[in-house]
Amino acid sequence: MSEKRLLLGDEAIALGALHAGLSGVYAYPGTPSTEVTEFIQANAPEVRSRWCTNEKTAMEAALGMSYAGKRALVCMKHVGMNVCADAFVNSAVTGVKGGLVVLAADDPSMHSSQNEQDSRFYAQFAMVPVFEPSDQQEAYDMIREAFVFSEELGLPVLFRVVTRLAHSRAAVLTGEAGGQNALDPSSDRGWVLLPAIARRQYLKLIDKQPRLLEASERTPHNSLEGTGPRGVIACGIGYNYVKEAGIQDVTVLKVSQYPLPEAQVKALAARCSSILVVEDGQPVVEQGVKALLGAGYPVEGRLTGRLPRTGELTPDNVASALGVPASRAFGSAQNLAPRPPQLCPGCGHRDVYAALNQVAAEYPGARIFGDIGCYTLGALPPFSALASCVDMGASITMAKGAADAGVFPAIAIIGDSTFTHSGMTGLLDAVNDHSRITVVISDNLTTAMTGGQDSAGTSKFEAICLGLGVEPEHVRVVVPLPANMPEITRIIREEIEYDGVSVIIPRRECMQTLRRHKK
Amino acid sequence: MKKDIILSGVGGQGILSIATVIGEAATAAGLFLKQAEVHGMSQRGGDVQSNLRLSDEVIYSDLIPTGSADLIISMEPMEALRYLPYLSRNGRVVTSSKPFVNIPDYPDKDVLLAELDSLPDVVRLDIEEAARACGNPKGANMVLLGMAAPAIGILGADELRAAIGRVFARKGDAIVASNQKAFDIGLEAGLVK
Repeated sequence: MSEKRLLLGDEAIALGALHAGLSGVYAYPGTPSTEVTEFIQANAPEVRSRWCTNEKTAMEAALGMSYAGKRALVCMKHVGMNVCADAFVNSAVTGVKGGLVVLAADDPSMHSSQNEQDSRFYAQFAMVPVFEPSDQQEAYDMIREAFVFSEELGLPVLFRVVTRLAHSRAAVLTGEAGGQNALDPSSDRGWVLLPAIARRQYLKLIDKQPRLLEASERTPHNSLEGTGPRGVIACGIGYNYVKEAGIQDVTVLKVSQYPLPEAQVKALAARCSSILVVEDGQPVVEQGVKALLGAGYPVEGRLTGRLPRTGELTPDNVASALGVPASRAFGSAQNLAPRPPQLCPGCGHRDVYAALNQVAAEYPGARIFGDIGCYTLGALPPFSALASCVDMGASITMAKGAADAGVFPAIAIIGDSTFTHSGMTGLLDAVNDHSRITVVISDNLTTAMTGGQDSAGTSKFEAICLGLGVEPEHVRVVVPLPANMPEITRIIREEIEYDGVSVIIPRRECMQTLRRHKK
Repeated sequence: MKKDIILSGVGGQGILSIATVIGEAATAAGLFLKQAEVHGMSQRGGDVQSNLRLSDEVIYSDLIPTGSADLIISMEPMEALRYLPYLSRNGRVVTSSKPFVNIPDYPDKDVLLAELDSLPDVVRLDIEEAARACGNPKGANMVLLGMAAPAIGILGADELRAAIGRVFARKGDAIVASNQKAFDIGLEAGLVK
């Protein structure tokens, strides 16, 4: 049954995947990708959808489902691609059976992220196709096609969106829902990547490349329009900003599927005297077009400064690159102060930082290594507590390295969900090396930053730490409340003085989920 | 006809409920709509905004270009000023006049309101006070929506009031009625302008 629904880009992707006969979604929460999985959890109980521990476990489980013939979706924010890269790249070498789509939600401008990496590079590297819809309707339509295409080619498809599509709502016309694939237990020697087999599989992957290119040339999602003398290649949502500018003297090549349709790029180049590449993220296409057309052909974009080298595309910077001057009626206001995000009133992380700062003040050499989550806000005033925040799980291993170098006390602070995502292996390293570090697992019983999803390790943290070999007397649990400050600071002092690995677990429910549970 | 609206406020103030009502009304009216929201870290007490675009023709960009917003609807006066570069020459600012102070260097209130009042077209009101006065202390955002209604134009006040009914229907008739009342109080303030 066809109907029109107002959907976020993420929701359009989720619904499209469901209508494509999805059997399982595997994901770790990450802005701006979270709502895809949440939509499936809320609307399709028949589809496997429980949150995974991290993006690597998600990717591998999805590949296992695909080998069994069923359609699987993996969802993550862009940096999750780094975590699942091993499985992702090799899934192209083994190939897939049931349709396998990997959704990567990139975050140019770093609205909620620590870098601007462009997932399209991963697809180039792995030699798999990329679908990059320009709007919510195309997101719905293209994810359905992505599953079919994945099965036709026997390859995973990378489905790339950016924040402004993921988190923007528009009406979407939906189609008929299809059923799930049947279980197919047949196996394939190509899945066993022993060197002798892997060499054959890699050649097969190379041999598939012309079909990928042919599909990019043929798809209606890549198309030439207009007859003007100036050429524009508009990728993904960049197309909307070009259309918004409303200029007539351009020929536009809309690109929503990769590899880059080389014949169409050449056709555009032949019709025009120059090409402007409008792409959100990094200059993936700009580099490719330059290589394709040679140094003599004028190609502009982020690398040449026609568009900003960093930050997301906006209607303003695209209009300006097209030569349309910005119109401003009012300048910036005089009475403005920045309003950065902050820890919620009453949040347990606040008490943890108050205690850590109080004790750290007694040790001039103290360094507190942070991690990724709400508690990263402890880097900002009033706490200004953190020496670093690099990637998921890094607090523990960085504290270890610092301790190895002689830093004392070396303290790690990590959230519960981040600990199970990527902190456990580092803790094992520290235990095996008998490193002098104090690890604070600030447990608020949820994955809070992304809106309160279930956390993989809830109620298992003491057992995990003991299992990894932390001494039982050095696994301490406290309740982070202002009234408990004397006890918490005493325990932090005791554990800092212990010459080995200590784990302190301050545990109190997130204020946001508490409020929801009380309703 | 098109209307570009920036909704602004502080994370947690409920600007998305306003967007939901306008979105519901626009969908029922068969308008094209795009609504870019802020999710993630900023929702923790930081500045948040939503770009809401309504039109009877296809809308391309999810974001509003500078200098072209017809309306800024803000739950907080300083947050209204933050988006001034997006306001069109004839655009209106509809805002709460009561600062939400959760930062140490918040500007002086009188100076801030004076800057607001220096703009050509401003409607401001202490919406929390107005919501309390009408017996619906949680309805400040519906007061604000009412204040903005005359300037939304592409949707009538009746269409918005009906959309409130549909959006809040599952919470019961009493909640619908009190939110519609808050809306009507705001509408009166908006019409005086």
